[in-house]
Amino acid sequence: MSNSMADTKIFGMLAEFETPAALLKAAVKVRNAGYKKFDCHSPFPIHGMDKAMGMKRSHLGFIIAIFALIGAVTGLGLQYWVHSVEYPHIISGKPLFAWQAYIIVMFALFVLFGAGSAVLGMLHINRLPRFHHPVFFSDRFSKVTTDGFFISIEADDPQFDLRKTAAFLQEIGGIHIERLEEQ
Amino acid sequence: MTGNTKPVTVPEKQPLILGNQTFKSVTDKISGIVEAKTPKEWYLAFAIAFFGMLLLLGSIGFLVWDGVGIWGLNNPVAWGWAIVNFVFWVGIGHAGTLISAILFLFRQKWRTSINRFAEAMTIFAVICALMFPGIHIGRIWLIYYFFPVPNQMGMWPNFRSPLLWDFFAVGTYFTVSLLFWYTGMIPDLATFRDRAKTRARKIIFGIMSLGWRGGNRQWQHYELAYLVLAGLSTPLVLSVHSVVSTDFATSLVPGWHTTIFPPYFVAGAIFSGFAMVMTLAIIARRFYGLEHFITTQHFDKMAKIMLLTGSIVGYAYATEFFIAWYSGSDYEGFTFINRAFGPYAWAYWIMITCNVIVPQFFWSGKLRRNIAFLFVASILVNVGMWFERFVIVVSSLSRDYLPSSWDYYSPTFWDIITFIGSFGLFFTFFLLFLRFLPMISMSEVKAILPQADPHNSEGHE
Repeated sequence: MSNSMADTKIFGMLAEFETPAALLKAAVKVRNAGYKKFDCHSPFPIHGMDKAMGMKRSHLGFIIAIFALIGAVTGLGLQYWVHSVEYPHIISGKPLFAWQAYIIVMFALFVLFGAGSAVLGMLHINRLPRFHHPVFFSDRFSKVTTDGFFISIEADDPQFDLRKTAAFLQEIGGIHIERLEEQ
Repeated sequence: MTGNTKPVTVPEKQPLILGNQTFKSVTDKISGIVEAKTPKEWYLAFAIAFFGMLLLLGSIGFLVWDGVGIWGLNNPVAWGWAIVNFVFWVGIGHAGTLISAILFLFRQKWRTSINRFAEAMTIFAVICALMFPGIHIGRIWLIYYFFPVPNQMGMWPNFRSPLLWDFFAVGTYFTVSLLFWYTGMIPDLATFRDRAKTRARKIIFGIMSLGWRGGNRQWQHYELAYLVLAGLSTPLVLSVHSVVSTDFATSLVPGWHTTIFPPYFVAGAIFSGFAMVMTLAIIARRFYGLEHFITTQHFDKMAKIMLLTGSIVGYAYATEFFIAWYSGSDYEGFTFINRAFGPYAWAYWIMITCNVIVPQFFWSGKLRRNIAFLFVASILVNVGMWFERFVIVVSSLSRDYLPSSWDYYSPTFWDIITFIGSFGLFFTFFLLFLRFLPMISMSEVKAILPQADPHNSEGHE
């Protein structure tokens, strides 16, 4: 990799596309060209993009399932411990371990832990919050949350070559191709 | 959504979003509302709402100082307006979750125009709701008795009691609604960040949007998280009002002790919530010029849901009477005759008029698209649903088994001020939301525009 600038490290290359359809087609081409470390940025999720980029199914579901079950078990454990171990009192003739009555709190904690892990798990997998990222150095990139469609290819990708990648992005229809620097 | 089958496009009769919007015009319109100078009318509305909130704080202060004796509670009627208002507010919240979660799972694309502020409404309504059981306990400084925390008495709450279920259900509901709302808002907050002109806005929205970059590798997990939140919220919203109804149904009070309560309460909650969404949507749409985003088609659909849930509520009223007669229980039978013809008959017939008769007008397609009619009808439904809770709580308690303990309940000045004040609290939050946050989900509206479909331009299949 030829590093033209003296001190700055290249993060990657950014190209803009005009429509969701153009971005989708370009994503297939980037993937077929053998790039692995790239991303397609858009103001809203584009139907079929996961497949176009060759992405695997998100594993977030497993994380949520585990935490939701922990929530339910916590609910059961808490109620068992309170009524059978720590504070055993018979109230209105109900048995100490009245599991039917415990289901609602178990369900509430199942949902609470599941929802919490869905949000926190999503942020963790996405490495958010991350307030500083090389793509933000591009002035055009601020369009991404309005009507901009971008592909970024990272310099860490073994295929990446400053000149060849730029030419490739131009060839597949990219405009305003920019180098992204890490600072 | 991540689809692995061929997309089937069903042609819509008319577009959901009017005015030939582009991605940019959607952003400009919704962000423009927040970026523009604060309108004078907003200050006026906020001043009124804030005054209402001060009334609430004042009345709570006096309540803490003097005790629940300042309310109209008496010996048989120990649950007065505080519980009526609690059920009223928590019910209103349900429409927000129905729109954001259940309609999402059913792929009802029209929800995107109204889900954001319906969710905001949910959160603020649940805040108002949670306040009432909090203050009606009387000795507010002992509220930690509610929580299962170790305390100096070595005492633990009773998990076999529906009051504790309620605490867990509504608490979870509030937390999950907040998570859902915020997660949905992240991409829109990033839009605000990217459009920010001042340093303060850049920093505030930069932090709030968590560094969102809109990459598909982020969208993938984001969409799954959103789907799971919708999937978890759906049984949750159905369970919350069911649990609220068990506060009544597991007691032995005639008029409360019925198995129909959970579904009947849930239908009523959705009914009242949609009425509130409609009231707020009509005002916001008019004031902010959102006619292209919230169209008559949206109101038509909301009115249909109100017709359905309103009819379920009407059917439940009839069923209650039938079961009271069919059970052969003298007390049940008396309670329902007393509801319709006793000292609270006036409240009962207000309830019937507003909840059973008013929604039947929605059979007419013309009236479902008449905004002025809908505005009046939605307010009447809200009034009716408040009276439903009043009838259930007060008429049942005031005359139960022993005639010697009967008494008539009427609210005091402080009951009324606290209730009015809760509207002040609600509208203070809601107006702040309208002023500072995206009231319509920009990323979701863009995703349902025709040009967002990557296969749209090619005449695909």
